[in-house]
Amino acid sequence: MSVLLDLFLTFAKIGLFTFGGGYAMISMIENACVENKQWITHDDMMNVTVIAESTPGPIAINCATFVGYRQKGVAGALIATLGMVLPSFVIIYLISMFLDNFLEITLIANAFQGIKIAVGILILDAAITMIKKMHKKPVPRVIMLCSFAAMLLIDLFSWNFSSVSLMLVAAVVSLAIFLIQGAPPQKGGAAK
Amino acid sequence: MIYLDLFLGFLKVGCFAFGGAYGAIPLIRDVVLSYGWLSDEMLTYMIAVSESTPGPIMVNLATYVGSSQAGLPGSAIATLAVVLPSFIIILLVMALLKTALKNRYVQAILRGLKPCIIGIILATGCFMIMNNCISITTGAALNGRALVISLILALVYFGSRKVLKKGLSPIMLIVISACLGMAMYGV
Repeated sequence: MSVLLDLFLTFAKIGLFTFGGGYAMISMIENACVENKQWITHDDMMNVTVIAESTPGPIAINCATFVGYRQKGVAGALIATLGMVLPSFVIIYLISMFLDNFLEITLIANAFQGIKIAVGILILDAAITMIKKMHKKPVPRVIMLCSFAAMLLIDLFSWNFSSVSLMLVAAVVSLAIFLIQGAPPQKGGAAK
Repeated sequence: MIYLDLFLGFLKVGCFAFGGAYGAIPLIRDVVLSYGWLSDEMLTYMIAVSESTPGPIMVNLATYVGSSQAGLPGSAIATLAVVLPSFIIILLVMALLKTALKNRYVQAILRGLKPCIIGIILATGCFMIMNNCISITTGAALNGRALVISLILALVYFGSRKVLKKGLSPIMLIVISACLGMAMYGV
């Protein structure tokens, strides 16, 4: 089997069978690409996870692009990413064609009244998990609390200030603190 | 033009969505509400559908919004736009800029971005729960059923971690919430 076809099928399988997005996929990708196919090493996998966390976009896409590029350059990256996206694209496209009719059924509409509450709790839980993993230092904490307060006010009063603008402000503030104070005293990272 | 709007809107999401799927939800909400593509209600439903179907949540949401606005071409364009930035960035990082992410200034910016995103996600979660229970956007009216469901779900979801080793999965929580919705709103 050609490498490109193998890349496509492997990532299509991961895309088809992984629920819950990003972090659930990392273990699937590790299983397929490190243990089964030995396309990349465990260290590579750690590296790509760090890169994925520091770059925007879906983590699964970052990983697929990385593994594909390692195997077959740009063509491999393209094929692996396509394989990752295609299953969910097809499934959601099919759902989108009948979801509106589906929601007109009273029982289903009632179910979604409950489901929308679960979504709020899942988002809250994601935030709490991230806070637990965050650096316990004053600057990140203050930035976190300020952006929390700002975003809540923006939502509550429907202010015309997007979350992207908020992120840009945080980036500028953090850069300014770095330029004034220098790097925070921590090992590794910037010191390299 | 709708295709261009879809492309630019989701390109913005792809460029700024740090921190995985939940980091992208506030951004997608921003874009989708400002263009008037979906209501807040419909977006919340789709987040649940995306969580319960396989694949990256961001891709699922882009496909759905694109399809609802402009059919198959729309869904293809929105999906392409959301994927494109991370695809290009990873290629650049691997091919040219192997040390770019270790650069001190890049690190300084990322140090500010990460807590900011966490704050935004926290605010979005809190706002969604508050909005369900008090319907802020449509005049403040207390929704007793939603409040009861919220309390039960929070208790079950966070409580399950104390009893079970890994706690409930998101999909199980969605199934339970659907049953509660049918029971509470059906009577």
